[in-house]
Order: sequence, then structure tokens, then C-alpha cells
Amino acid sequence: MKFFKKLQNRLKKTQETFVNRVDTLFKGKKTVDDELFDEMEAILIQSDLGVTPALDIVEDMRKQARERKVREPGQLLELFKEEILHLLEGSEKTYAFSSSPFVFFVIGVNGVGKTTTIGKLGWQYVQEGKRVMIVAGDTFRAAAVEQLQIWAERAGCTFFSKPMNTDPSAVIYEALQKADKEGFDCVLVDTAGRLHTRGNLLDELKKMNRVAKKVIPDAPHEVVIVLDASTGQNALAQVKTFHEHLPLTGMVITKLDGTSKGGIAVSLYHDYNIPISHIGIGEEVEDLREFSAKDFVEALFLPDENKTAEKQQADSST
Amino acid sequence: MFERLTERFDDIFQKIKGQGIINEKNVDEAIREIRIALLEADVNYKIVKELLAKVKEKALGRKVVKSVSPGQAFVKIIHDEMVNIMGEGFSGLELEKNKPATIMLVGLQGSGKTTHAGKLAVYLKKKYHRPLLVAGDIYRPAAIEQLKTLGKSIDVPVYAGDTDMSPPEICREALKYAEQNSLDTVIIDTAGRLQIDEPLMEELNEIKKEVTLNEILFVADAMTGQEAVNIASTFHNKVGMDVVCLTKLDGDARGGAALSIKYVTGKPIKFAGTGEKLSDLEEFHPERMVSRILGMGDVVSLVEKAQESVDHKKAKELERKIKKQQFTLEDFLEQLHQVKKMGSLDKIFDMIPGSQRLKGNINMQDSAKELKKTEAIILSMTPLERKKPKILNGSRRKRIARGSGTRVQDVNKLIKNFNQMKKMMKMFKNPKKMARMKQMFPFK
Repeated sequence: MKFFKKLQNRLKKTQETFVNRVDTLFKGKKTVDDELFDEMEAILIQSDLGVTPALDIVEDMRKQARERKVREPGQLLELFKEEILHLLEGSEKTYAFSSSPFVFFVIGVNGVGKTTTIGKLGWQYVQEGKRVMIVAGDTFRAAAVEQLQIWAERAGCTFFSKPMNTDPSAVIYEALQKADKEGFDCVLVDTAGRLHTRGNLLDELKKMNRVAKKVIPDAPHEVVIVLDASTGQNALAQVKTFHEHLPLTGMVITKLDGTSKGGIAVSLYHDYNIPISHIGIGEEVEDLREFSAKDFVEALFLPDENKTAEKQQADSST
Repeated sequence: MFERLTERFDDIFQKIKGQGIINEKNVDEAIREIRIALLEADVNYKIVKELLAKVKEKALGRKVVKSVSPGQAFVKIIHDEMVNIMGEGFSGLELEKNKPATIMLVGLQGSGKTTHAGKLAVYLKKKYHRPLLVAGDIYRPAAIEQLKTLGKSIDVPVYAGDTDMSPPEICREALKYAEQNSLDTVIIDTAGRLQIDEPLMEELNEIKKEVTLNEILFVADAMTGQEAVNIASTFHNKVGMDVVCLTKLDGDARGGAALSIKYVTGKPIKFAGTGEKLSDLEEFHPERMVSRILGMGDVVSLVEKAQESVDHKKAKELERKIKKQQFTLEDFLEQLHQVKKMGSLDKIFDMIPGSQRLKGNINMQDSAKELKKTEAIILSMTPLERKKPKILNGSRRKRIARGSGTRVQDVNKLIKNFNQMKKMMKMFKNPKKMARMKQMFPFK
């Protein structure tokens, strides 16, 4: 099932009524006027796309709408979608598995869903017939190892860990040696959540990177940042700092089954050119989808069903 | 915490200060800039709109006042409006209504509930409570394990129930357990959930029916974007909340979510999570936060921090030593420790008004490293060397450098700085020289 379908179904579950999107968005609007552009601006900013990019896009669309003589609100909506899709051109990424073992570092700030994402990724690659090892590089947070172990079991992956507070680099060194010797196809390394403002923890990441290269010279093959869809503009600072310390090669956006749209991903791709591989849309092991720019843009303009329903209720009661 | 926003305001007010008076044109310009700054800080779109409408109305009405500069007047208007939203003063948790006092933590996945539960337990213990932690998250893998580990590390009992018990049942039994073991506060950790997840939201209401709660504490990530408004208001409407804790404030998130959450729920933010250690929980001071947003700095917190960390006896002793010129490297090391106790250099620096401008020029991490190096050098000296740096000859210096993992140049530099400091201290004794020294400094 496509992500968009699943999202629709999820929303349907909570709200029986699913009205035509464009109608809801432009309720009662017949013409393209300033008010409509203001509404578009509000939608973009409220999706966390960022204020400056949002203002730029709206300005650009004003011009285009004038030139192309767009009069229908529906047409204008399509124009906006096209534009954002254009910004996301080339953003869809599939991991190549160009060598074996193919090593992933999964990094991010605290609480974005790194461990869960690793479990889901592992499951997916096992389904594809790969031999997958999951490595517990978070030796800091209480019970992080146990949490990952449960996910590894669910996913049918081999699990590698060391006692709490072991130097993560040491864990990686041994894990990669084992994976190399025993012919694993894929190694997923979990890392402790760290705020990008913590210098020593960023240095630790660099060390993990150096140590991995001692075992497998071109490892890690992918450095994946996990981003919580509800994150605001701080995501820019996060990605910038992480990227400076350890160049990021992929991104996973989690928790897109909530009401947050994750619009910041557009700015992130635009500014840092980090492509997006997957999105997380639930807590089950199969709730991970390949990122589709088109579906993402559709969802961006999907009205909030809860709010719509409330509004309708309010309308009917008056 | 709110650095970037502060930076923006600094720029804007600098602009207004340069102009004569608040008029329609420069107000619009300032408001446009503030709008961008607030939105970039993740304050919700609609709230920004309403806030700025009020600010503009008031600013235009204020232009007749001549006793203050337009900039100051403008700052005050925005400051007051934001303080209005954020509310004033810290008041503790309500723990009296019923016993054992029960607090339930709710929020999205990954907002930091479990960690906060541990921090709250430490906080309450310090206030002479006997807390019990309750593992109400039966869904996330190893969540119970995590809470148990936290509980162990802070010596607080954890109630987890049996595997076949539902969260409401666990809570009910936990309260009995607390009563039997004379524990006076109960902290319930719950599973993270999306606010649109009806069954899980209903579960929270079930818990509410099962146990009498003193406070429902909503845990929110300071990095949350525009959706903070919907998330908070849905939790508020469906389950209810009494107080808010903002986590991960030690990052550089501008934290506009704080304003959004308070605005839509009207519930006070009482705690701020400011680090990964379980002691990293601060009482949240909304009015200071607004001051910080506006670039006024947070001097109150700084002074408080200093008072907390400085040992007064030692300070007196130090003063005596300075006067008698017996200040040694040992004392210098003591001083370093005092500074370190106040927190990271970064944190301290943030509290100084106007520091945002400087911050770009100073590499905090380098400064922190420098401090560490100094400490290592002094620690590699013998007690005699620390008391009488004069005896430090070449071979001693070489040994110290090796011992501290530094270079001889570093050791030399430290001793040179120390000697200069001593010279300065000599001047403190002499009022005339002191006056002359003051003139040497560009600031007062």
C-alpha cells in the first residue's frame, strides 16, 4: 500500500468523512485572489517548510499565476504542487548495496526514532533475502540495548552488543570484523541520540567513523539521519552541524502518521542536497515506506481532518 | 536557548533605535522582521498574527511618549505582550490535593517522558519527597527496562505490574503499592502516543478514572514546529493537562513551541529539561525566557547559578589570600572548579545580556578545551610546585607537560598568565592604582 493511501485510511479511521481535498482546502473559494495566496502561505508555513522559502514560493507563484492566467483555485493548487515537486527533484533515494557488508550509520537527536527505524529497515532487508546485522552503538541511554535487541528479534536480524558504557567505537570495531568475517550483507549501526550542540558527542561520531574505516576502508557506506516530522526550523541547525562533522548521505523522516507534515524536509533537501530514502508511518515493523516525492507533496496539502471535522461541527451547530 | 531569535531582535531594535520615532512605516518594517523572526523560532503562524496585531495597535498609540526612545518603547510593548502570554513566576507542583500525590506524564513519542520521569523523581527527592515511578508504557520495547534502570541509578522504587496488566490496572495497583510502602508521590510514565490515536488517548482517560490525579504533566519537545499548537490543544481537549515540561532545551532550538503551547492551552510551563543527566532539570521561568527572547539576557539566572555554586567560606578565604598576596596555583585551580560548577561555558555565556553578538566571535568549545588544559597542567604539578611556582625549572616543566598531555609552551603560558594575574591582584590592594587600572579597560 502506498503511503498516501495508508495515510488516508488512517485518517478515515479517526474521521468517517473524507471530503474532497481541494474543496476543503478552498472551501467556498471561486477565484484566485490575494486571500488565496495568503492561505497558501499559511499552509506552507504551518507545514514547517520555513518562512523564507514559503514566502519565496508564494511570490514566485503569484508571478506564474499571472503569466499563465490561472483563474481556478484548483489549478493554482496544482501549480504549487508542481513547484514543490520541482524543488524535490532527485530527492528520492534507494540504497545501492554496492559492496558487502554494506554499512549504515544511523544518527540523529534524541527521541526521533532511530532504534525503531533500524528495526524496520532491518526487517525490510531481511525480507529481501539479505543477511543483516544490527549493532547497538547506543551504550549510553538506559535500556537502549534491550530496546534494539527486541527490534532485532522482531526483524529477524543478528544482534551485536557490548555492555553499557562501552566505547561505541569499540563496539563498531568488533561488530564490523565479525560482519566481514561471517559474510553479512548489511550492517545497521544504531547510535546514541545526541543534540547537535554537544561538541564531544559529535567528536565521538567522528571517531566511530574513523574506527569503522580501519576494518572496512569505505565504511560507513551510508550515513543516515533520522528526522522527526514534527521538528521545526531547528532541523536546519541539526542537519548543518551533523553534516559538517560526518557527511550525511540519506535521510529518513519518521512519525509522518501524525498530523505533522514534515515540510522542513523540502528546505533540507534544497539547502544540503541530502536525499530521502524512507518515511516512518507507524509503530509496526512494516510501517516504513520508500519515500515518494509525489505522495509527500500531496500529503503536504492534505487538510487536517480533525480540524476540518471540528470546523464542520462548529458550522452546523451555529 | 533562544539565541537566534534574540539575535534577530537585537538587529531589529538596533534599526529602530537609529530612527526618531515610531511611525506607521518603521513599525511595519519592524513588525515584518519580527514576524519572520518569530516564525523562524517556530512560534505558530496564527499566534504570531494575533500577537503582532496587538503589538502594532499598541505601538502606534504609544508614539506620543517622549520620555523614552522609540526602541525602548517598542521593546517594552512586545516584551509585555509576550510575558502576558507566557505568564509570570514559577509555582511548584500541586501535591496536596490528595495523597499519595499522583502525577501522570503524557506526550508524543520521543518527547522525553521516561527521562523526565526520572528527572522529576530526582527533583522531588531533593524536596524531601519519597517518589514512586510507575511504568505505564507497556508498548515500546524495553520502556519498562529503561525506567527500572533509571530508578536504580537514582535509588527510587519502580512499580511495573505484571505482564498481563493494562496500564490503568498498573496505575491502580501502583497507588496501593505506594500507600503500603509509605511513598508520598507517584510519577506515572505513559506510552508516547499521537494525539489522533483514539484508542490510546482513551487509555489515558481510563487511567484518569482509575486513579485520582494531582497533575497531568504534558511533556513537549522544545524543537517542535508549527504542529505544537494542534498537538498540545488536542491533548488538552481529549485528556486534559495541568502543567507542561519543555525538554531538550539544552539544544539550540529557538523554542517558539513554548509560546505556542502556553497560548493554546493556557497551562503553565513549569520545568525545562536541559541535559542528559538526571539532575538536568530546571524550574522554568517564563518571564526570564521572554527577556532572553528579547535579548535582555538572563542575569537573574546567572546570579542565582553563581550563588548556588560559590562556596562562601571559600570565597572569603580567597579574598583574604588575595589581600595578603598568598594566592597560589592551588587557589587558581579552586577558582576553575567554581566556574565549572556553574555549568558549561556556553550556558553561562548565554545568560549575559548582549552576549549573542559576541558569541559568533568566540569559539566556546575551544575555550572549554583551554580550561580543561589548564586544569590538567595544574593537576600534574606537585603540591609544592602549586604553592611555589617559582621552583618550576625546565625539567619540572617538561615533566608537567608530559604528565598533562600538553606542550612545554602551554605550561609556560599558564605560568606567565598566573604571574600577570598576581600582579593585577597587587593593584587591587592599592586604590590609586585600581582607579588607573579601571581606565585601562574599555568597559565598566
